[in-house]
Amino acid sequence: MSTMVANNKRSFGSTLWDYLTTVDHKKIAILYLVAGGFFFIIGGLEALAIRWQLVKPMNDFVSAGLYNELITMHGTTMIFLAAMPLIFAFMNAVVPLQIGARDVAFPFLNSLGFWLFLFGGIMLNVGWITGGAADAGWTAYAPLSTTSPGEGVDYYVLGLQISGAGTLIGGINFLVTIVNMRAPGMTYMRMPLFTWTAFVASALILFAFPALTVGLFLMMFDRLFGSGFFDPNMGGNSVIWQHLFWIFGHPEVYILALPAFGIFSEIISTFSRKRLFGYSAMVFATVLIGFLGFMVWAHHMFTVGMGPAANSIFAVATMAIAIPTGIKIFNWLFTLWGGNIQINTPMLWSLGFIPTFTLGGMTGVMVAAASADYQFHDSYFVVAHFHYVIVGGVVFALFAATHYWWPKMFGKILNDTLGKVTFWLFFIGFHLTFFIQHFLGLMGMPRRYWVFLEDQGLDLGNAISTTGAFLMGLGTIVLLYNIVVTSVKGEKVGSDPWDARTLEWAIPSPPPFYNFKQLPLVRGLDPLWIEKTEGRKGMTPAEPISDIHMPNNSFLPFVMSLGFFIAGFGFIYQKYDLVWLSLVFIGMGIALGAMLMRSVKDDLGYHIHKEDLVKEAKE
Amino acid sequence: MKDWMGKIRTLSVFSLMVVFLSACGRDNLTALVPKGYGAEESLRVIIITVIVMIVVFIVVMAIFIFVLMKYRQKKGQENMIPKQTEGNKTLEIVWTVIPILLLIVIAIPTVAVTYDLADETEKEDSLNINVTGKQFWWHFEYAEEQIQTSQDLYIPVGQKVYLNMLSSDVIHSFWVPSLSGKMDVNPDNENTMYIEAYEEGVYWGKCAEFCGDSHSLMDFKIVAVSQEEYDQWVTDMQNVDAEAVPESTTAQEGKALFEDSCLSCHAVGNTPSVGPNLSNFGDRSTIAGVLEHSEEELVEWILDPGSKKPGNGMLDAPYLEEKSVSEEDAEKIAEYLLQLKASEITPDSAQ
Amino acid sequence: MSEHDVLNPKQMPLNPEKATLEGKNKFIGFWFFLGGETVLFASLFGTYLALNGSTNGGSSSQELFGLELVFIMTMLLLTSSLTSVYAMYHMKNNEFKKMQIWLGITVALGIGFLCFEIYEFYHYIHHYEFTMRSSAFGSAFYTLVGFHGGHVVFGLSWIIALMIRNAKRGLNLYNAPKFYIASLYWHFIDVVWVFIFTVVYLMGVL
Repeated sequence: MSTMVANNKRSFGSTLWDYLTTVDHKKIAILYLVAGGFFFIIGGLEALAIRWQLVKPMNDFVSAGLYNELITMHGTTMIFLAAMPLIFAFMNAVVPLQIGARDVAFPFLNSLGFWLFLFGGIMLNVGWITGGAADAGWTAYAPLSTTSPGEGVDYYVLGLQISGAGTLIGGINFLVTIVNMRAPGMTYMRMPLFTWTAFVASALILFAFPALTVGLFLMMFDRLFGSGFFDPNMGGNSVIWQHLFWIFGHPEVYILALPAFGIFSEIISTFSRKRLFGYSAMVFATVLIGFLGFMVWAHHMFTVGMGPAANSIFAVATMAIAIPTGIKIFNWLFTLWGGNIQINTPMLWSLGFIPTFTLGGMTGVMVAAASADYQFHDSYFVVAHFHYVIVGGVVFALFAATHYWWPKMFGKILNDTLGKVTFWLFFIGFHLTFFIQHFLGLMGMPRRYWVFLEDQGLDLGNAISTTGAFLMGLGTIVLLYNIVVTSVKGEKVGSDPWDARTLEWAIPSPPPFYNFKQLPLVRGLDPLWIEKTEGRKGMTPAEPISDIHMPNNSFLPFVMSLGFFIAGFGFIYQKYDLVWLSLVFIGMGIALGAMLMRSVKDDLGYHIHKEDLVKEAKE
Repeated sequence: MKDWMGKIRTLSVFSLMVVFLSACGRDNLTALVPKGYGAEESLRVIIITVIVMIVVFIVVMAIFIFVLMKYRQKKGQENMIPKQTEGNKTLEIVWTVIPILLLIVIAIPTVAVTYDLADETEKEDSLNINVTGKQFWWHFEYAEEQIQTSQDLYIPVGQKVYLNMLSSDVIHSFWVPSLSGKMDVNPDNENTMYIEAYEEGVYWGKCAEFCGDSHSLMDFKIVAVSQEEYDQWVTDMQNVDAEAVPESTTAQEGKALFEDSCLSCHAVGNTPSVGPNLSNFGDRSTIAGVLEHSEEELVEWILDPGSKKPGNGMLDAPYLEEKSVSEEDAEKIAEYLLQLKASEITPDSAQ
Repeated sequence: MSEHDVLNPKQMPLNPEKATLEGKNKFIGFWFFLGGETVLFASLFGTYLALNGSTNGGSSSQELFGLELVFIMTMLLLTSSLTSVYAMYHMKNNEFKKMQIWLGITVALGIGFLCFEIYEFYHYIHHYEFTMRSSAFGSAFYTLVGFHGGHVVFGLSWIIALMIRNAKRGLNLYNAPKFYIASLYWHFIDVVWVFIFTVVYLMGVL
């Protein structure tokens, strides 16, 4: 508690500086949570504007151009700036604790990853104030994107490039952390499922993001430097973009969904008071989904004209993913089976997830059937399908994780009644919004339609859908209110408020900055549960109290990211006037200078001495 | 007595059908009431997958509801610790093998229909039409018949018609839900698909690939008529006389104005053009694919096309910049255009 | 292990690059990074293969490429990979001077490679007017080979910075992993070039 008291006394300036320079994974988690939450709200407001435009036929709430910016930015924001960072928030907050580590493998890079993401995210949104955001869809298909006037798509390209670099760094960091930093006894097959899914998702990031990086570079060259990758008039081929985008884009779905599965596995197991049913099958299914995720990208391109052979192969490969996903659903059901199921907010989200995601998976198999997909493709059916997967899978998981790990991150439990209100508003609103969209699609409503015509039988469905969207918005407002109320009034809780099973619950809430005073000795799956059932209060230490090595804070990650951010503007505006190239030199100079400084200046960190640790324990 | 029961039964079945069909969306637009070969085949695969998936869903939900009813925490049992089961190999095998079998049931028709819908063996002997997608309208060229037309695609009913599709700008996608699934219209490689309408009718088509501001207004129609009517239409279209002098004087003035301000992009007759071909403009049921077919709408469209279809190609027309077409002129042009009737065969013939 | 032991080890272990946890993390993290780089270049190669015939009426690979120059470049880069192996051999033997000398030779060969590459590009631009804007093939060629060239520049700057920074203090457990992963990077660049030589130049002149 001494650190908490110390924090309260600190001035705003020093707290700000602390967060700007922090390399502590728990603080970086909070940064990700705040930034991701902010972008989630932005993306949500964009969604509400979209739905309001579609509340009735031939509506004129927004213009066609603005509507296209809204759908583009809604998709891009939700995937890259909300869902990914929020997943990263919980990976940062929880994974090092779950494997019994004092920090991640590369604390400096962890901070760099966050700042790159944030500056990239800001860059993406700069278009709003400089005359138009990106308007070519979140998939940015060429040549629509390469010929889109203005700078909107340039902001998309450079913003994603910068934040994508941050994500890649984060992915490598978690891979190394999980390989190298596990506590004594924490073998791979004793890792909690959330850690496993974070591990596989990180591997997917590593192998998927470079394809996007290349795609974005090619698009940048086409738009800003006159190359002709996607320009048919220069012999280019617009379908290359689609391949590169989906080689990244499909694994991206699993990058989001796998950690979500991990979150549900933890919560379902904890509140059923049972160990996860079929743990090794779950791990196997996770790895298999990750692997298959790379084999199926072209199912987004069934109508491109790849021919029946390619369409059939990708159709069957895609269907195969339903098998490991089914394994997971049944293992969750059998974890519940015979349990002592306590239904609170995190559990409610997890239980709501099962039927919702099953529906999403079902429509997934349906759209995988190439010859059926000729009708589904690019219609509202697909919109419904991927919202069932991404909202029903990922967003539900993020809400669940927020309620589940809030006490670990902030030391207080979010109000359960308000949490349940949030759930029901959001859950009902969600199904109201998206279930009907399956039918709208089949009734002939293509996606990304700014208006739909009168007298086409689409009025009622769209009106229902819009109503649901506002219920979801209401649910989110209740959650925000809950966070404020809890922060002001909530009571502090101990280290293990849920009677949980994994290592993060063995240390105080919020944890001290060095996490574990002594690294714990792990003796099996659900290590804390094992100790508790044997009558011990906490973990058995694996080492005597000794000096703890800690990394130094650094402002360089912020500076590097700022440098790339500045250079981004230079790259964009040099297309009008080469004077702007000076910004490229300034920005790259700042970024490379900071990198050089990092390289030549020794940074060995510092030690907390064991005398201080002992003294603190006595206080 | 029995007769009376039978009537009731027929009536209730019929009314159920009506309710069901109205829930399926607008006739000749919805994919749920197929009127052509592709749509029917796709719907067949859809129904197979839906049935299999509903079986899966019922199983999952049955277990889910049972588990929640039976194992929900009861009062006073908050501290009960259930048996910690590790897993069950047999169960794992069961829920691996059964889904594999179910997926095979889906995969076989999927692949069969995928190949069937890509079949091009009859292409040589069938009617071929070159389709060009442009922001935000469709051009149709009957190469063999030497006909150029736009927006309304006339086909003979009950025949496979091959569409060879290419875009002249960004990617579009050709979708007539009640006739067939969609196919992308790419700028760099030609795609071919075939459609076959079972009954005469006017079918709504839509662009299904995001293509810019007026993506949602890039509608077109397929007019399926009988073979005789189609042949008649072809002959009529081949004989369109671009120089024909309209009857009324306003229309004659309109023609002169049209030739001054519009003909650099548009065409009447069978010459290729940058903008839509207007030979049978008077026969169409909509203006620009989406607007009501009236003189009033047409005048507004000529004077301010951007307000009806944002970002469309007409915004670059010199007459708009020079403001050389007054409202009066526009009315004359409209009158000229609306009397451009190329054929006896119109969408109304498709009954 | 204290800061002092890391910077002034009493004796250097056999594998100084993996002797500390930080070193181990760097070592494995860099291998992961190279995995990602492989996907990056695979994507570029895929794009190149899809577009290498799209000359749009401009110069084709048969007209442009000659193997003599590229052969010399290949030899330079392959040799530099070998010399960096010698450098790492001396690092493991804790012979700092010799390591620096071999790294110096590596850098010299790398700079030689780079000069030839710049000359090559200059040649194409001025004698054939073949640029990134000529055709999709031009875009794909300059992007693929240019990305590799960019990697060479970065690798050279990195090795030079390490050599200068540590010139006066010799090897320790803090900088050994840095030298080691820089040489890994250099090997990777070399491997990519072998593929460029095969896919772009050999297949290009045929």
